[in-house]
Amino acid sequence: MASTDTTTETRNAADAKAADARGSETAGLEAGLDALETRVVSRPPVLRTLLTKALPPLVAVVIVLALWQLAYHFEVKPHYQLPSPVDVWGSLREKWLEGTLLSYVWESVSRGALGFVASLIIGTPLGLLVARVRPVRAAIGPILSGLQSLPSVAWVPAAIIWFGITDATIYAVVLLGAVPSIANGLVSGVDRIPPLFLRAGRTIGATGMKGVRHVLLPAALPGYISGLKQGWAFSWRSLMAAELIATSPDLGAGLGQLLDQGRVGSDMSLVLAAILLILIVGIGIELLIFAPIERRVLRSRGLLAHAR
Amino acid sequence: MTTPTLTQQAATAGTQETAGYAARIDHVSKSFGRPGAQHVLDDITVDVAPGEFVCLLGASGCGKSTLLNLVAGLDEPTTGTIDVPGSRPALMFQEHALFPWLTAGKNIELALKLRGMPRAERRPEAERLLELVRLKGAYGKRVHELSGGMRQRVAMARALAQDSGLLLMDEPFAALDAITRDVLHDELTRIWGETNLSVLFVTHNVREAVRLAERVVLLSSRPGRIARQWEVDIPQPRRIEDAAVAELSVEITEQLRGEIRRHGQH
Repeated sequence: MASTDTTTETRNAADAKAADARGSETAGLEAGLDALETRVVSRPPVLRTLLTKALPPLVAVVIVLALWQLAYHFEVKPHYQLPSPVDVWGSLREKWLEGTLLSYVWESVSRGALGFVASLIIGTPLGLLVARVRPVRAAIGPILSGLQSLPSVAWVPAAIIWFGITDATIYAVVLLGAVPSIANGLVSGVDRIPPLFLRAGRTIGATGMKGVRHVLLPAALPGYISGLKQGWAFSWRSLMAAELIATSPDLGAGLGQLLDQGRVGSDMSLVLAAILLILIVGIGIELLIFAPIERRVLRSRGLLAHAR
Repeated sequence: MTTPTLTQQAATAGTQETAGYAARIDHVSKSFGRPGAQHVLDDITVDVAPGEFVCLLGASGCGKSTLLNLVAGLDEPTTGTIDVPGSRPALMFQEHALFPWLTAGKNIELALKLRGMPRAERRPEAERLLELVRLKGAYGKRVHELSGGMRQRVAMARALAQDSGLLLMDEPFAALDAITRDVLHDELTRIWGETNLSVLFVTHNVREAVRLAERVVLLSSRPGRIARQWEVDIPQPRRIEDAAVAELSVEITEQLRGEIRRHGQH
């Protein structure tokens, strides 16, 4: 201890005065630089955001409805093949008044959510394994990305043979659709981590599982979230395919079954109403759940400031 | 400040005292690729004394960053030994390498946590370190909200949070503008004076080396060997435009140019 103390003391004694004067000068200069160079990140007013973001899609919807109405009016197809928007609305209203509309939606959404969560629980460790363990990546990496391009509806016949027309069939198809895209999202998220973060993590002692938890996973989060988004889209799509094909009175009826009901009864406005509901649920969940999470993550990292 | 920091710092300094050095680089050579390939570093022997500030100076290809990686334990020497008593050395890069998903304060707290500091003590210690680099009030700021100089200061605070006794710096100010760099030189000198930190600082900027160091070690290039060393006894705080700094810089630059010229001759 002795020699360090003496060095520090001599250092201090000799330079104390000069250091004091210099210190306050430096502090002032530094404060000036900090003030000049700090970026002020301000968010645009809510009304303008609403106007620029919500108005264009609203206009697009109105235009589509107008074209639809025109096509109906001029009878491009006979009315029983192409009902008007009002007819479709009528079908929806009828189901609503029967009190069954929400149960169709709920049946599908709850299946979708459960399937998605299961995919998340399987896909996340799988993705981590593929991203970090070289032999695993060599072995199943290509298969995993190949599976993404396989339409999961192709699994439906196989699943029906295995499980019969049961909930298991539906969940199997959803998992086969969503797991690969969640795992792949995580893999590409990990691949895009700047190596410097990993080095910096190692120097401050984030090694092994600590490294995964404190550096790897948070650094891969943006890629992971876009994987989740895609995973949800795949879950929902696969679910509809499965519900459409696997219909049975024993099985709770979801939107896919509603769609099939319309087909069987040649009720075109019911078919269109079901399609519309499927679309609205898909977009709604993306908009209400995934988009805000993604925006928050990107904004907190300063990755959204320019994208406005 | 509070006891844990002091005890631990004293403990690290203690190990350094017993060993008589903060880092010992003993006949270290390093080559990459096949055995027998040309050495990047050739027979380097340097000690960093406890509390000493040493600058490694050299042109491109002298292996100064390689040497720093070896001392940091991120790579192994081909021959020779490196001994760093006490805990893992702290390392600062040219880029701030702060994690963008954490606030400035949480970046520092992560280093504290990984070093094993109990949760309750982390926040006050992070605040203290931020104050040390004169960034009081930056605790909740995100990395992208800070200027380049502020980021490097937070990175310095994070490095200090490791409480390692030896700070390795790999051209940490190279990407900053001149005025900001001057300010950070002042800050580094001040912090080094206030703690009993040993610093091994790598740079290709002669003036920076003379501005900061107690000892400047000039490396030749391909292979990296120690060409010459200078003790710098100009009193601190120096300034980069001081006459004495300029004078010694001229001398060192001459030698450095000579080293570089040798490579054009064959």
